[in-house]
Amino acid sequence: MTDLATLVEQFLAEHPTAGADPVQWLGARFDAGLAWVHFPVGLGGLGASRTAQQAVDEAFLAANAPQPNPAAPVIGYGMAAPTILKFGTDEQKQRFLRPLYTGEEVWCQLFSEPGAGSDLATLATRAVRDGDEWVVDGQKVWTTMGHVARWGILVARTDPSLPKHQGLSYFLCDMTDPGVDVRPLRQITGEAEFNEVFLSGVRVPDANRLGAVGEGWKVATTTLMNERVTIGAHAAEREDGLIGVTAKTWRERPELRTPGLHDRLLRLWVDAEALRLTAERLRQGLAAGQPGPEGSAAKLTFATLNQAITGLDVELHGEEGLSYGDWTMRRPTDADWASRDAGFRYLRMKGNSIEGGTSEILRNIIADRILQLPKEPRGDVDIPWKDLPR
Amino acid sequence: MSDLLYGEVENDLRASVRDLLTDRSPWTSVLTRVETDKPYDLELWRTLAAEMGLAGLLVPEDLGGAGASAREVAVVLEELGRAVTPTPFLGSAVLATSALLAAGDTETVAELAAGQRIGALAVPLTTAPQAAFPSLVRVEDGKLTGRVGSVVDLEVADVVVVPAIGADGPELHVVQTASAGVTVTPITALDLTRRIAVLELNGAESRKLSGDAAAALRTALTTGAGLLAAEQLGVAQWCLDTTAEYVSTRHQFGRPIGSFQALRHRLADLWASVSSAVAVSRAAADALATGSDVDIAVAVAASFCSELAVRAAEEALQLHGGIGMTWEHPVHLYLGRAKSSELALGTPEKHRDALATLVNLPA
Repeated sequence: MTDLATLVEQFLAEHPTAGADPVQWLGARFDAGLAWVHFPVGLGGLGASRTAQQAVDEAFLAANAPQPNPAAPVIGYGMAAPTILKFGTDEQKQRFLRPLYTGEEVWCQLFSEPGAGSDLATLATRAVRDGDEWVVDGQKVWTTMGHVARWGILVARTDPSLPKHQGLSYFLCDMTDPGVDVRPLRQITGEAEFNEVFLSGVRVPDANRLGAVGEGWKVATTTLMNERVTIGAHAAEREDGLIGVTAKTWRERPELRTPGLHDRLLRLWVDAEALRLTAERLRQGLAAGQPGPEGSAAKLTFATLNQAITGLDVELHGEEGLSYGDWTMRRPTDADWASRDAGFRYLRMKGNSIEGGTSEILRNIIADRILQLPKEPRGDVDIPWKDLPR
Repeated sequence: MSDLLYGEVENDLRASVRDLLTDRSPWTSVLTRVETDKPYDLELWRTLAAEMGLAGLLVPEDLGGAGASAREVAVVLEELGRAVTPTPFLGSAVLATSALLAAGDTETVAELAAGQRIGALAVPLTTAPQAAFPSLVRVEDGKLTGRVGSVVDLEVADVVVVPAIGADGPELHVVQTASAGVTVTPITALDLTRRIAVLELNGAESRKLSGDAAAALRTALTTGAGLLAAEQLGVAQWCLDTTAEYVSTRHQFGRPIGSFQALRHRLADLWASVSSAVAVSRAAADALATGSDVDIAVAVAASFCSELAVRAAEEALQLHGGIGMTWEHPVHLYLGRAKSSELALGTPEKHRDALATLVNLPA
């Protein structure tokens, strides 16, 4: 096989990036197998190793390659795509992956509910079979990109008489269905980065079920594992991330420095560098075929660190730390935190230890799966979902 | 980017050191030994140093060493830390050997590499790599006079590398501890498994090393600090593993105590930090092996792993409850090692001070 660098070069020669329409250009890149090289041929990939992707992405980035609609990668690339690839039928893979990649179709995630956060498997949204369709009723929350999404990955309860993990099924939900009502969910920053989604008599064709009826938890676990990897394990340069923002302020504004803040900054700098190396070690392990369990730890540490850095940053700003840029309710589609004020970052990072698995749940996962400590006694095993206290 | 994984050779090395220490240095014999008049296990040291060739890992093959690197030394130190084995590895195979190599010595370093003799570096164990060249010993009429406290592994050393101030400034000298005018006085140490002693020189004969003494000493201390992080990782790993095992078997209130979330979460946090310590310790060992990015990598590892080892040992003691407070349980050996090594070769605070300059975050 021609090496990937050559393929990228050939592709760029045939598909100039300057002035290209992003959707068409990305479609061609998908068809050439250079979207996700580790995906199979015909589905955006070349069956190459997962680790080859970074070099390909870097080569395209260096050539100023067109980027997708910024809303597309958030849920689509990291969570929906790998789940569809793993559990989808051939028809589903053919139908959904290409427009997902080009950004023509943005995806959102319909998992969490007001009554089902950490205990996601207790969710109550119902899907009832009606011929070739399912009729879905319920309420979802914390839906990133819900207001611009064309499709949602949805977990719903198809059999309430079974214990909670067994009665779930996984669907691909059309967000343009008249029964779907998306409302902004304003958060403590003043913005509505997320949404609430009300589902009333939404009709989902059985052809849009992903995995078998009753296997929804297994499919959802794949999505959630990818969520944690997405958040926790990207390769980074020294001072990438929020520590770089604070270090820059420190260097540029000597008048803000105090001895106490200096000590805290250096401690956090060390912690940030340690986390960067931990993530890099995880990446090297994956590349060498030795996936380590450090992913859960990286997400846990990332949340603690970001909160400590942004707290320090507000204090560092002194009197300016008292002001806040703008409380206006907006619905952002990107996450450009570096350009925002310290107060915004402080408030936003409070979510890091809640979103994508709370820090407490991650500690449970580490205790169970890695340290293999004795489990806590549970009150919800082998009990039909409908009989659980709620 | 540095290689943060363990290679096959490194894994094999770890396995053979661990096998040996499991067999010859169980904690029960360590605990018994530290109260005898032979606190170091010199027979075990001979096996490690001479038979397995570990004393010469840093030494090139043409000087009789193994021609390996700091990466392999780090693996050995992780295991020695895990077993809190009382051997002079840090003083002889790391500090004295690094100083001799950096100063261009070929004579004494070969003896240390072969495991025939034991060396030490005559600085207080608290000396940080960035510290000013010590002026504790002076060269007068070609002979050495002065007093150096808390020299690690000195009491079993045959030869000691002494930083001294001569007529033209910093010099490094090699002194035989058996020669006239040399007095070694052991100190009763907080760390039961690593010994320190006072070196007194009263007109002692020496052999002066060529080369830049200040640079050589700094290299030795930087190497020591970066590799001590690996030993601290080993200490922390033992504390975590042992505590996880203990809480899984100890029952109170009709349940293993490891099923209580308060304990599970503390151990999960500790595990997260230990997995970061593996990465920073590997980064420091790799930097020392390749010579790239050494100062920052070492300062990060020294700061991070020092504090982690103390935390791991303190958590281990607390989560063991009453048994952890007893002399008969080994956790206090690890606590003593962890707390003492936090002070060794630069406190975490000193290493962060160094970083402030290295990464341009001035006070």
